[in-house]
Amino acid sequence: MSATTSSLTASPPNATQASTSAEITPALAINTSCQLPLLLLFVKSAAWLLAGSVIGLAATLKFHNPNFLADHAWTTYGRLHPAQTIAFIYGFAVQAVLGVALWIIAHLGRTRLAMTPAIVAGCVIWNLGVFLGIAGVLAGETTGYEWLEMPRFAAVFLFAGYLLIGLAGLATHRQLPGRAAYTSLWFLLAALFWFPWIFSTAGLLLLAWPVRGVMQAALDWWYMNNLSTVFFGCAGLGAIFYFIPKILRRPLYSHALGLFAFWCLVFFGSWGGAAPGTPLPDWMPALSTVGMGLTIVAVLAVAVNLRQTLAGGTAAVEDRIPLAFVRFGSVAFVIGGLLRPLTSLRHVSQYTNFTWFIAADRQWMLYGFLAMTMFGAIYYIVPRIAGMDFGNRKLVTAHFGLAAIGIVLYALPLAVGGVREGLAMSDAGKSFLEVEAGTLMPLRMSTTGELFMLAGHLVFVLNLTVLSWQLLRRHVTLALGGARPAEVSA
Amino acid sequence: MNAGPLIFLASFFALATSWFGFVLMPQLQIGRQEPVEIVGQEYPPRPPGAAHQGEQVYRANGCYYCHSQQVRPADFGTDVARGWGGRSGAVQSVAEDYLYAHPAMLGTRRVGPDLANVGLRHTNELEILQHIYNPRALMRGSMMPSYRYLFVTRSLKPGERPSPQAINIPGIPAGTEVVPTVEAHQLAEYLLSLHSQAILFETPPPPAPPTNAAAGKATNAPAAAPATNSAAK
Repeated sequence: MSATTSSLTASPPNATQASTSAEITPALAINTSCQLPLLLLFVKSAAWLLAGSVIGLAATLKFHNPNFLADHAWTTYGRLHPAQTIAFIYGFAVQAVLGVALWIIAHLGRTRLAMTPAIVAGCVIWNLGVFLGIAGVLAGETTGYEWLEMPRFAAVFLFAGYLLIGLAGLATHRQLPGRAAYTSLWFLLAALFWFPWIFSTAGLLLLAWPVRGVMQAALDWWYMNNLSTVFFGCAGLGAIFYFIPKILRRPLYSHALGLFAFWCLVFFGSWGGAAPGTPLPDWMPALSTVGMGLTIVAVLAVAVNLRQTLAGGTAAVEDRIPLAFVRFGSVAFVIGGLLRPLTSLRHVSQYTNFTWFIAADRQWMLYGFLAMTMFGAIYYIVPRIAGMDFGNRKLVTAHFGLAAIGIVLYALPLAVGGVREGLAMSDAGKSFLEVEAGTLMPLRMSTTGELFMLAGHLVFVLNLTVLSWQLLRRHVTLALGGARPAEVSA
Repeated sequence: MNAGPLIFLASFFALATSWFGFVLMPQLQIGRQEPVEIVGQEYPPRPPGAAHQGEQVYRANGCYYCHSQQVRPADFGTDVARGWGGRSGAVQSVAEDYLYAHPAMLGTRRVGPDLANVGLRHTNELEILQHIYNPRALMRGSMMPSYRYLFVTRSLKPGERPSPQAINIPGIPAGTEVVPTVEAHQLAEYLLSLHSQAILFETPPPPAPPTNAAAGKATNAPAAAPATNSAAK
């Protein structure tokens, strides 16, 4: 990135040392403090993303050929699918969110990243937890609770790792000089607080001292909804509200509207999860529907705010792809955010629940909104913390194309196919097998989408690996030859 | 002033509301349910040991990703119309049904049919084992993967008699035998044990057709034998 390189050459390391006493830390020093811990988080998350999509593809192929990989317990669908979920949610999504949140908090506060050794240690422990979780699931130690499939011992590692990284985030935030009430800060800090609470609540009441009977399902749904709607919602929106104004070099349209969206999202979004028709007391799905209905207000507030911010303003050439990713994520959030309340209505849920629509909706929010936003953020952050550009910008563009085509090709056929499936199912005269046969074509199309996403992940991993390798070489050259950074980058 | 404490309080307040409403309240309402006694019998019945172990096989192999275990009310979707319901195929699932389920695998997807009352529809263990070994043999076009790793398949030496535990699998080449493992039997036991029949306060019996006097009489009786109820399939 040209801007970064020039700032690097303009201020040699000793200049940054001198300015630490000042209130405001220069961007270069912040980025240098972020280099090791954040690159570690991003590279690990990209690796899990790739691993998860390979596992996921193997799982999907079973729908097309039920005899595929049918001879071993650990390759059955019911083990591969949760392994993929753990790899995506805990391996990729949460780690990427943490890395991006730490970077934004440090930059909003114009302060160095605090407790970097704790972040590195937390990252190692967290990844151990992800690995143990996947290994446990493949070995048959699944807990039986969706999105919380990792065995107890793995969950402990995850929690400990998160606490270390989260504490570093808070410590960084504590260094904030003066008043700093940025919109994105509200979303990101809330997300940082939210995860340990819901994770420990669900972990304690499901894995440690399990509640009885149907309450387990109620808790699991509560956790799933809080994780996707509030934690990922806040994390993604926090990044969107930071990067769109930042890249376009113009202020966010309205801070008040952003805060309004925040309050609606954390209060009403956390009510969702109980689907109508489930064997729970009737007031629970009713309240869930009301809560999800009220999140429409938050989604509309976000839509207006971003629409006004995006109108006008141009991005620097090197920031166009990060902007494209983040813009895709924000459009996906608005579409998904308007669909969710609709499908939590009793009359709609009657048709859509249990169908492929559910899979499409989940993937749309997790990938179309969150992952795309995180890709954009990572492509913006990594060149700055590394002090060097991605060698091949075409590959970055290729990742965007593959990911965008992939997610649309995955979610759209499944959403349409799911609705058709639900409508067909509402005719009791049609046999279950007949209805299922109708979902084969949408499934084939979605598998094509999965292949595109997988190719995108390969490119993503390649991009990050090449850059990390070049960075490592530069460090080695610097350490051995003592060359100035200016000479190396020249 | 640093906005951190304020954001912390806001999140705490919002999360506490959600926790109060969706964790504490239902726990107080349905979390302490106990089995009820209906005409001298406990409902839900304690599952037999093999079924309990089969539940762990069901969990370990993630059956619940494609099979739900919750029947929606008769006026909500076609679950009841498809005969998936308990209580003679006519009534939805209620919280009481899951008291002994651990983990309670209600599921969120239906790539396959609901299994909350599969024990009412299928009572033959052999058929279940055959279905698990090769779903497409009995159900053409089924999307269910084969679970043949739960079976030991081996070829017989010339003149060797097959094991007494071997089961008949359609479409298996001559000279091979298929023996279900303990897990396969446990899984089948679990599936056979899945049924909710007792008429509870929260699930009143569906109005009986007036012509059938026997059915009208049965509504007041406790759990009938599964074999009689399976006629509803």
